[in-house]
Amino acid sequence: MIEDRPPLARKKVRYYGEPIALVVADSDFTAAKAVSLIQVEYKPLPVVNSPSQALEKDAPVLHEQMILYHLTSEDIYPELNTNICDRKKIRKGDVKQGFAASDIILDSTFTLPQSDHIAMETRAVHARIDADGTVFIKTSSQTPFSVRESISQTFNINLDKIIVEVPFVGGGFGGKAPVQLELLAYMASKAVGGKEVKMINSREQDIASSPCRMGLEATVKLGAAKNGMIQAVQITYLLDTGAYSDVGPRLIKAMIVDCTGPYNIPNVWCDALCVYTNHPYVTSFRGFSHASSAFCIERMMDKLAHALQMDPAEIRAKNALQPGNTSPTQVKITPSIFGNLTACIDKLKALINWDEGTMIEVGNGKVRAKGMACLWKTSNSPPNAVSGVLLTFNTDGSINLNCGCVECGPGMKTTAAQILSEKLKMDINRISVNMEVNTKYNPEHWKTVASMTTYMVGRAVLRAAEDVIQQLKNLAAAVLKCPPEDLEVANEQVSVRQDPSLFLQFKDLVHGYQYPNGNSVGGQILGRGSFIMGDLNLLDQETGAGKSGPYWTVGAQAVEIEYDRKDYTYRFVKAATVLDAGKVLNPKMAEGLVKGGMCMGLGLGSRESFSYDKDGKVLDTSLRTYKVMHFGETPQYLVEFVETPEIDAPYQARGIAEHGIIGIPAALANALSLAAQAELDELPLTPETIWRIKTGGCS
Amino acid sequence: MFALSKRSLIKLNVNQEEYEVFIRPSDILLFTLREQLGLTGAKPGCYNGDCGACTVLVDGLPVKSCLMLTAEAIGKQITTVEGLKDAPIQKAFIEQFAFQCGYCTSGFLMVCHALANRHPNPPDIVIDEWLQSNICRCTSYEEIGNAIRKVLSGTCK
Ligand code: FES
Ligand code: FES
Repeated sequence: MIEDRPPLARKKVRYYGEPIALVVADSDFTAAKAVSLIQVEYKPLPVVNSPSQALEKDAPVLHEQMILYHLTSEDIYPELNTNICDRKKIRKGDVKQGFAASDIILDSTFTLPQSDHIAMETRAVHARIDADGTVFIKTSSQTPFSVRESISQTFNINLDKIIVEVPFVGGGFGGKAPVQLELLAYMASKAVGGKEVKMINSREQDIASSPCRMGLEATVKLGAAKNGMIQAVQITYLLDTGAYSDVGPRLIKAMIVDCTGPYNIPNVWCDALCVYTNHPYVTSFRGFSHASSAFCIERMMDKLAHALQMDPAEIRAKNALQPGNTSPTQVKITPSIFGNLTACIDKLKALINWDEGTMIEVGNGKVRAKGMACLWKTSNSPPNAVSGVLLTFNTDGSINLNCGCVECGPGMKTTAAQILSEKLKMDINRISVNMEVNTKYNPEHWKTVASMTTYMVGRAVLRAAEDVIQQLKNLAAAVLKCPPEDLEVANEQVSVRQDPSLFLQFKDLVHGYQYPNGNSVGGQILGRGSFIMGDLNLLDQETGAGKSGPYWTVGAQAVEIEYDRKDYTYRFVKAATVLDAGKVLNPKMAEGLVKGGMCMGLGLGSRESFSYDKDGKVLDTSLRTYKVMHFGETPQYLVEFVETPEIDAPYQARGIAEHGIIGIPAALANALSLAAQAELDELPLTPETIWRIKTGGCS
Repeated sequence: MFALSKRSLIKLNVNQEEYEVFIRPSDILLFTLREQLGLTGAKPGCYNGDCGACTVLVDGLPVKSCLMLTAEAIGKQITTVEGLKDAPIQKAFIEQFAFQCGYCTSGFLMVCHALANRHPNPPDIVIDEWLQSNICRCTSYEEIGNAIRKVLSGTCK
């Protein structure tokens, strides 16, 4: 986006953990020894330790040379001589009027910390440069094609001279979408004459040196009529992008696009600023900013319900976007594009037994409370994002599905095989999908991110399937002497519709057909399918109007906790999600993904955060101090789906891989705010945080 | 007591096979297994005892191989995930969808396998205590809990 980050710090180190030198050695052991011989002297610079501090009048400017930076997209608006590297806006309706028409106006501020992906496999790369100059990179990445692009651009090497290979990836969550170690590994290999080098992040490096999850400061003003109908919202987001911008500009774009939550708010004013600080730089993370923006708006919904003494579920249902409304960026809502939020809320209420009461005394100073949050998310993928699929047949009629998406857990390759088997009406066990990705042999797939893989690869698969069906029919038609349109494809056979006893098997067609006399026709059948996102556009700079994703996935989530008034501790009882999945393609996988997302969301809500010392140094760099959810701490999980078809998607399926996380921190905060009778507007909600907010911090 | 003072040739018993390896006194078991024996089932996630991805069995008990010196493993029976041949817990993991990316899986399998062997009928608190040693970032843990319970109840053999 903004080319502001050198692979190794130059002249200025902008965050704790920023790589400053590389040591290449024959073994870890020797390398460690050599590292200890490097002496570095730093001249301390003034520190910017939060986004609001970064905007103060006399704040030190992190990137004085911003004017020289190359921008890779047109919709980025850096503000020179400040720490603001991009600003995105929504201006919809007239907020002044909206607030004037409101009976109640609420103001709140929110502070959400940076945190980390903690994929169990830390980032790791191998690099070598062959004698003919071919650069070979093997990396744990969600974006092999971006790695190739980035190496090519940074070091001025032709794309055809770079091969990037990605094996199974040990968890990504967005953290393996950026390109960082690959550049360093290339430099290291280059420094030793192209020899293969191996670079593996320690957990500490993975946390502090490699990019993390965004932090946020936000202020929200919400106006509503007495009946609960929201009239206007005004939001300022300060996104803590850390020392470099990476995808920060995309993150603020994603925030403004969905800033209202899935509610119909006629008057919207939103400014999202991407702000440099001396924190580790941020990148995509499951939910792509939505867990943060949802936190703000969903806390506001609860505050509004509370102020008007309405049921939080009812106020959400009342304001839910309906067909004919428009989104903040003025996209018209239809059932296909949006889904059905009201149905999700209804189903969620039943699932979590909402109507028994949201707060129940259980004795002994303990109380059980439920909180709810709704969510929506669209993809924010660029209009020119592509995907492709190639199909080849083996002589026995089985198929190889060749695609460029990465397998990092959500099972998208299984889904691709499912889609193909459904379309060709054949046994899925006869379809094999390449698990590793190699940029030389696999067709480009934009990035394995944004819950868009099933949509993009799926559409390419369908086109490739059409392609082979056509070829199979044409060849079979010539042999069977009938028009191709009279033929059907199923069970690895092409048969005559009127007389299915007349058929040819795939195995006799796919590598050409041989007549009894030996003459052969046809040749290999090769299928191709290609897809481009297409009808999306950049948002208008002043109003934000524009379309940034093909559709939304909406949902409603709830968390039930048991809270102890005496010591501010709590335990999770239940966590529930209802998503409008369009169509559930693989029920077990869908449920697993949503549950995993909820588990991560509970971690974000209850414990995960970076803390810094006064110099901006991250203090939580090991899994002993950076806490994630563990076995035995989890609630009972409840997952259900609503199915409102997305008419353009493969078998009407919407993306669901990220969404389980989005509303959970907010739902948790809503439950705890109710239980503790306090306004819990920050994360993570440790007992200490609750105690501090509730008591003002004095024991 | 046994002592190693320099790079030495030692014998290790891994998955019922005898191996001879050259080790430094400071080598950890995880390194020897992965880099020297090519048994990459045990995974590094922290080198600090916090994540459990490196778990192997030493004389039937789960041990974090990043916290054990290779020299300490001499004379012991080491089992890695490569040594589990169609153990019930492996099947249960597949049936219960107990993994997504799979990086934590070998570690969890080893803990579960040992638990099932040691405590055929443990109360929940024991299951929690055993499995809390490991981290999974993809699943919700419920799936892993379901898998071990299937094995314990004998419904997955
Ligand atoms: S690598 Fe051994 S516990 Fe994490
Ligand atoms: S399956 Fe990915 S960490 Fe457990």
